[in-house]
Amino acid sequence: MLWLLFKSFFLIGALGFGGGYAMLSLIQKEVVTKHAWLTMLQFADILAVAEMTPGPVAINTATYVGYQTAGIVGAAVATCGVVLPSFLLISILTGLLLQNKNSPYFKGAFLGLRPIVVALIVDAALLLSRDVTANLYGFLLFLFVLGLSLWTKLHPILLILGAGLLSVLFPVF
Amino acid sequence: MIPVIQREIVTNKQWVSEEEFLDLIAVTQSAPGPVAVNTAVFIGYKLQGLSGATVALLGSVLPSFLIILTLALFLSSLENNLILTRFLAGVRPAVAALILGVGLKMGFKALRSPFALLLSILAFGLLFFAQLHPFLLIVLGAPAGIAYWWFTGKQTDPTDSKEVS
Repeated sequence: MLWLLFKSFFLIGALGFGGGYAMLSLIQKEVVTKHAWLTMLQFADILAVAEMTPGPVAINTATYVGYQTAGIVGAAVATCGVVLPSFLLISILTGLLLQNKNSPYFKGAFLGLRPIVVALIVDAALLLSRDVTANLYGFLLFLFVLGLSLWTKLHPILLILGAGLLSVLFPVF
Repeated sequence: MIPVIQREIVTNKQWVSEEEFLDLIAVTQSAPGPVAVNTAVFIGYKLQGLSGATVALLGSVLPSFLIILTLALFLSSLENNLILTRFLAGVRPAVAALILGVGLKMGFKALRSPFALLLSILAFGLLFFAQLHPFLLIVLGAPAGIAYWWFTGKQTDPTDSKEVS
């Protein structure tokens, strides 16, 4: 189990191009779809926690999933796994890239990676929303928050807390 | 995140110059992994080699690790709390909506060329309908970009669009 945790989060760390949100799709695939360490609802909860606390989503998820599956040792193993690729790659790249930072191949690769990253984020969000908007109330909240996030500059934490509070004050269950 | 990092390492601590900071952004944004962790390792390595990188890594990871561990311990004792259950029922759709919002906003900014738009739609189709593993798409995306750049006369400058983070 510990080895599986390490391997899975090492892969997430090694292929998580594009930072936090782009990594969501990878994490979702590994943690929810492939290994079933979390349900989609638990995954949504950890995302909420990750949004409301400082620190990278990937690390927050690794620590949480590691703890849920194998206690504190699991948390440590998963967290090490997810940051190890960064550590190795950046140490090597820092030396290499300062020498040929304007490499056209490097720039070209990003022409291809950016559109992929957009698709990854939208896919992760839609998979998530399919499970969390099971009833009409959830669906309406979803549309309402989506509208606010697109057309206002309200802080995400405000929207999350607001939605939670609304649901506590006016429960429809 | 970038403005916070910049103020700390360029203005306050003067570990890197303004110019070096741009290189740093290029490396840390383009390498896989969390940007904050990548930045810490970059600075640590530049200042003190491998031992500096190790110390910086620990410094950037430990706060998240401890906060989540504490929350996980705390949350499991509240699992059947009615108020928490209701709170989470409202929070979940909000989180899904926020992430979709980030994806759409990034799309409006990054998908300005027909190539980018087509590649993104194709990638989405493969993910959503064919359930292809994201790893595969990321591995294929880079050569696709290099090929496109090659066949369009190597003139497109991809650095003009700003990253959203």
